[in-house]
Amino acid sequence: MLSLIGRRLVQLLPTLFFVSVLIFSLQKLLPGDPALVMVGEEKDPEVIEEIRRQYRLDQPFPIQYLYWMKGVFTGDLGESMRLKVPVLDLVAQKLPVTLQLAVMAMTIALLIGVTAGVLSAVKKDTWVDYAVNMVALWGISTPNFWLGIMLIFLVSVQLGWLPASGYVSPFEDWRHSLATTIMPAFVLGNAIAGVIMRHTRSAMLQALQSDYVRTARAKGLDERVVVWKHAMRNALTPVITLGALEFGTLLSGAVLTEQIFTIPGFGKLIVDAVFNRDYAVVQGVVLVTATTYIVLNLLADLGYILVNPRLRA
Amino acid sequence: MSARTAPLPLASVERPVPQAVEAFHVDSPGRRAWRRLVRRRGAMAGLAIIVLVVLVAVLAPWIAPYDPAQQSWTAVRKPPSAAYWLGTDEVGRDLLSRIILGARASLSAGLISVAIAIGVGVPFGLLAGYVGGLTDGLISRITDAMLACPFLILAIALAAFLGPSLGNAMIAIGVTATPLFVRLTRGQVLSVKSEDYVEAARAVGNPHWRIAFRHILPNVLPALLVQATLTIATAIIAEASLSFLGLGQQPPAPSWGSMLNSAQRFLINAPWMAVWPGLAIFLTVLSFNLLGDGLRDALDPRSK
Repeated sequence: MLSLIGRRLVQLLPTLFFVSVLIFSLQKLLPGDPALVMVGEEKDPEVIEEIRRQYRLDQPFPIQYLYWMKGVFTGDLGESMRLKVPVLDLVAQKLPVTLQLAVMAMTIALLIGVTAGVLSAVKKDTWVDYAVNMVALWGISTPNFWLGIMLIFLVSVQLGWLPASGYVSPFEDWRHSLATTIMPAFVLGNAIAGVIMRHTRSAMLQALQSDYVRTARAKGLDERVVVWKHAMRNALTPVITLGALEFGTLLSGAVLTEQIFTIPGFGKLIVDAVFNRDYAVVQGVVLVTATTYIVLNLLADLGYILVNPRLRA
Repeated sequence: MSARTAPLPLASVERPVPQAVEAFHVDSPGRRAWRRLVRRRGAMAGLAIIVLVVLVAVLAPWIAPYDPAQQSWTAVRKPPSAAYWLGTDEVGRDLLSRIILGARASLSAGLISVAIAIGVGVPFGLLAGYVGGLTDGLISRITDAMLACPFLILAIALAAFLGPSLGNAMIAIGVTATPLFVRLTRGQVLSVKSEDYVEAARAVGNPHWRIAFRHILPNVLPALLVQATLTIATAIIAEASLSFLGLGQQPPAPSWGSMLNSAQRFLINAPWMAVWPGLAIFLTVLSFNLLGDGLRDALDPRSK
């Protein structure tokens, strides 16, 4: 098992290398001289030259990349030009907010998706199956920013049940925190619930036709035990793996959801950075997101191997 | 000996050949897939809506009741009425006309970005799958790296560095979707390149490019068609998202995403401003998803 983990980690290195090259290369897409973009209104040639030296823009591209990577390895992702704060501090400050949202969204998605998927498989080709499929398709096709706006209108403006925007940390006041995050978490989880539902349905259909389920039924076990214990336990493994893979979708969705509900998380950080031309922050956020996603993929992969002994060989 | 094991009467072999066998002919795979697709009501409904949206986008300037950019201070935030079927926005522009013209931005973003992704992704996927070795390793690692960046975050980052415009948004979405097609094409090529007909094509001395494009690519097309249809749905949402953030279509040109952005500020007084553009995005994306699902079933050789 340890050698397997080691092998997977080694396989990961080239991917991480290319991710870093990709993210660093983004700044080369900037039209014109990056130093001129950085100085803004300032036109003093000495200041521009100083900026070039400070950010090593006068060095060749591979050297610039090596300096950047040296910074990354020592925890220095650069400094926000607007806020004059290290990018890593900003990331550390905003990431827990988005993680809270992501965990809540994934819980909602798994609850809805797995329940609906199992129901749909058990009641295959009935109106329940068709209805669940329609709901899944609705979830996948609804832009989450529209759903967010509509929910704000209905739940906050019309019914006055939940606040329309803002964020409170769960460590300050967990009730208020739940009230501010439950709606955005539902919006985020909605699309993933559809994907999870579809996968659960097909995994369950496969499990329900297998020999061990037939044996369980032949033993005279209660159908509920057959479905929820025997079939679902096996069907859920790929679904949990999918949950980890959908983390990327969650982070993408968080960009717009946080914007709509004015939640000061990772998504809002990248959008604000984009509009303020704070490129070091954009690069830092994409790097941290991609690395988190790769690590989660690895964990999902290893988890899958751990519960499936046949893959360990 | 029981009656069940008695030999069958031989007279039956002298019966004339049935009509159905005489009329037997080999149907092309495309025609068979189309027949299976037509039987799927969801896919057909999706296709009908797509055709309608395409017609609306093409005929937009002729069917829009008002000039979509024309402001009217006497018609600010009017609810739906006989004069303005879907109401007006914060500067008195007709929402129906803006949604009709907005279909152009959404559809063209969906189609052009997927065309970019296919144009770049398929050749690289073919190359990786066909050549293998170091080339495959390099292309696959770059693909993995791009897939590791969440779709919208990479698209936003690219659009931010390229500058806000509909064209750049299309490029950003297209580049972001490219690895999907590289990976798909590579996988498909690997599964067909050892087939007998490819071996035969190689044995008779066909050049590599001809084997790749004439013998392998046609077998990859069904999977590509399904992926392309589903990616158009994703690309339309991505364009709407970028326009919502101000990184796509620039005002005053209409786009469903940017219409939702301004609608957000007038939710209390003019909720209809948010309903229609969102519904337009939802219906279009739903149609492409329905068609994509139907195509996947119809092109699956195991389906009946």
